[in-house]
Amino acid sequence: MTEALLKVENLRIELTTRAGVAPVIDNLSFELGHGENISFVGESGCGKSMTALAIMGLLPEGVGRVASGRILFEGEDLTAASDSRLRDIRGNEISMIFQEPMTSLNPVYTVGEQIAEVLRAHQGLSARAARDMAADLLDAVRIPNARARAGDYPFQMSGGQRQRVMIAMALACRPKILIADEPTTALDVTVQAQIFDLLRDLRRDTGTSIILITHDMGAVAEMAERMIVMYAGRNAEIGPVEQIIDHPRHPYTKGLISCVPHIMATLTEDRPDLTEVPGIVPGLREFGQDRCLFASRCAYRTEQCLRQRPPAMAFDNGQLADCWHAETL
Amino acid sequence: MTDRPLLDVENLTVRFAVRRGGVFGRKQFLDAVDGVSFALARGETLAIVGESGSGKTTTALAVARLVAAHSGRVELDGADILGLEGEALRQVRRKVQFIFQDPYSSLNPRQRAEDVVREPLLSLTDMPRDEQQKVIDELFVQVGLRPEQKRLFPHQFSGGQRQRIGIARALATRPELIICDEPVSALDVAVQAQILNLLRRLQKEFGLTYLFISHDLGVVQHMCDSIAVMYMGRIVEHGPRLSLFNNPLHPYTAALLSAVPSVDKARRAATRRILIPGDPPDPVNLPPGCRFANRCPVAQPQCREAEPELRTVAGGQRVACHLVKEDGTAPL
Amino acid sequence: MSEPVTLPEEAPEQARHPFTEAWEMFRRNHAALVALVLLVLICVLAVIGPVLYGRDPYDMVWAPFTRPGENWDFILGTDYLGRDLLAMIISGARVSIIIGLSAAFVSIFIGVTVGALAGFYRGWVEEALMRFTEFFQVLPTLLFSMVIVALFGASLPMITFAIGVVSWTAVARITRAEFLRIRELEYVTASRASGARNAKLMFRVILPNALPPIIVQSALMVGSAILFEAGLSFLGLTDPNVVSWGQIIGSNRTYFLDASFTVTIPGVAIFVTVLCISLVGDGLNDALNPKLRAR
Repeated sequence: MTEALLKVENLRIELTTRAGVAPVIDNLSFELGHGENISFVGESGCGKSMTALAIMGLLPEGVGRVASGRILFEGEDLTAASDSRLRDIRGNEISMIFQEPMTSLNPVYTVGEQIAEVLRAHQGLSARAARDMAADLLDAVRIPNARARAGDYPFQMSGGQRQRVMIAMALACRPKILIADEPTTALDVTVQAQIFDLLRDLRRDTGTSIILITHDMGAVAEMAERMIVMYAGRNAEIGPVEQIIDHPRHPYTKGLISCVPHIMATLTEDRPDLTEVPGIVPGLREFGQDRCLFASRCAYRTEQCLRQRPPAMAFDNGQLADCWHAETL
Repeated sequence: MTDRPLLDVENLTVRFAVRRGGVFGRKQFLDAVDGVSFALARGETLAIVGESGSGKTTTALAVARLVAAHSGRVELDGADILGLEGEALRQVRRKVQFIFQDPYSSLNPRQRAEDVVREPLLSLTDMPRDEQQKVIDELFVQVGLRPEQKRLFPHQFSGGQRQRIGIARALATRPELIICDEPVSALDVAVQAQILNLLRRLQKEFGLTYLFISHDLGVVQHMCDSIAVMYMGRIVEHGPRLSLFNNPLHPYTAALLSAVPSVDKARRAATRRILIPGDPPDPVNLPPGCRFANRCPVAQPQCREAEPELRTVAGGQRVACHLVKEDGTAPL
Repeated sequence: MSEPVTLPEEAPEQARHPFTEAWEMFRRNHAALVALVLLVLICVLAVIGPVLYGRDPYDMVWAPFTRPGENWDFILGTDYLGRDLLAMIISGARVSIIIGLSAAFVSIFIGVTVGALAGFYRGWVEEALMRFTEFFQVLPTLLFSMVIVALFGASLPMITFAIGVVSWTAVARITRAEFLRIRELEYVTASRASGARNAKLMFRVILPNALPPIIVQSALMVGSAILFEAGLSFLGLTDPNVVSWGQIIGSNRTYFLDASFTVTIPGVAIFVTVLCISLVGDGLNDALNPKLRAR
């Protein structure tokens, strides 16, 4: 078996808050293969973005830290790597795009200059070569008339184009992993379709692995092979996307899928009420308790759920669900 | 009972002045909403969908008299409300209420929850204090909030609970028409379902009429009886829920629907994604012809010359496209 | 499958006014808390000091230029006319603080009115009011207030007015900026949808939410008004019938080289008061700034 590109083992990240120390990521393990697309799903406050920041080595300084566990990138433990090594890996090997393309670009430089800057810093290209390559990259992310648009400032571009520029910048050094944190949340749905299309093609052409963070099950179904459903900093369910959507083993996954009114192949007059997941994600204070943190919102909870944290239940098809009742669900 | 629709909008236009090039720039006009017409029957839900810049929210605000309309008519129960002022406008506001998009900025942080709900009662009715309190108590129960939460301030609630307060406020004066402007788009998915179910329950209970603004087609197909699709200030297609979703006529509607990612394997297999590259034209200097022509995958020369009118085709759908045939066959 | 279990009821949350939370934030800023205590002490001194310490600040009680500590009857010494410096400081505190507060009040009143109207009505109202504000902004403040005082006489109300009139522009700009921001928020639109009239929108809905930065600015304004008054009195533009800290410095400045304490003691009084006000303003800023509170 080939070694996974990225392997996260029993990761625990603690956040120091006024109320004390809370494990925002609690015993999370997963693997990402070469050229694979994995998706993180969950509501806000479940630790999806925190996982991404941990992989990037960008945990909020002085507040968040890796308490235990390892993040192995090509066999190298990133939690033990020096700052300069992490800087080297960031952008070169692993890069990230964010939700808000408006604020992620510096407004006083042209987009071409900003991409060229990344190339010069990481690959030591000459100014001229960097400029040429920046234009090529803009062309690769399908910005029409790329050479001329490289001279545009961010405010002269639409939201979708700015996100393309961010992708171009992230891809500048041909990273092995691209982390996309809700890359299309701020964009219109037709633009989202174009960005997804672009990401799919780029993955096919460059073999980049993608970690897609989203709350949209539809996007997961379209984009990813495997997904991780996170709840309150813990793994709720992990496994192949098709299988989980067909038969979720965790009540939270089930809720996430059925609480959204999906557009089906053929619509009918019949519109039953949506399945509700009552309540909201617990606050940080409750993180880390030895019980199922979803129990307060769960229709299937029993005494056991409140007494003890459920272990990961493994299924033959590769699904793993952290629920006492996974087998009966 | 008459057949008269509760809300009848005719040729509504909302115009904004924009200045290009600083203080000395020439004043130009942008029609954010350009000749929009639709009708909405009592007890039904009409969705206006579209992407950013389509004018859907501006339409809603104009119908609620929260932005000034430039021309057109908005009839509520047969009477034009656009010219009303003073006491007459107050009467209209009682009948038309608004639910806002952002549960964080739509509640005054200095008001207690019960005072938020009381505000329309104070400004729009002459209800005595004890009766107000009774109404507020009932509303809290109806939207699923606990009575002891009445005294809390907005920042002590979660997003979903805040939206419930906003809904209670909209219901306070027992309005006939409620305009919901993206009421769930700022909420987490699990909370969205709670609010959508609540809105549907309240509609049944009080016979409410909703004008529902959204960009989320999944939510729209779940909530609405008919849908109007807007693009650059104009309605490009308007039809009943099933026909519009199962048989979109306008190329833009088709592209919009094909862009929605779906968990349904059958739908993914059946949909051919229609990409519409490029950007919409500059709304201040519109090109002649159809506004969608520069991105339309099937545009013909005639589309760049004459602007298509919104016309009714077989099957009852209204569509603004030269290429849709009279028998209701789509060009795509 | 076993029966779902019910969860224990959560304790109901207490209603907490936003200002209660702000006070809790403020309390955690120790420097600001100490400064607040000091300020309160200074104010108490200003109010009841003259009663406790009965000596008239105008009486020539001892030999001029008695150094502090030379004679324990006059702890802080005497000035060039042999007047008790401690009595002067106590009596001056009252004047300085009254001028500080009322000048700040004048400038806030003008500033908030102008800023609120400009930010709320936009259009030509805003254009006119902001040009008006800019006109005051470019006036050399000290010179302009000197002209006012020189023309209309150096009485306390006139000095207060002169200081207020030259320092309201910052408040106007802050208020306008806040109004421009808040008027676009949905709860203001919601109030309009609920039928609120303009006056209610301005003063009951927007203004309370615009207050935090205005409060911070007002606190700092009190400090700068005290400094301003000191500057004017130093130049002799002051009411000769009352003692203020600046006036003590002004009248003793000729003897600075021989008896520096006559200048430094009131100087320290001004310094401590203004510093305390700044620290409190800083604490208020932290407490009322929601971005910091998110942590």
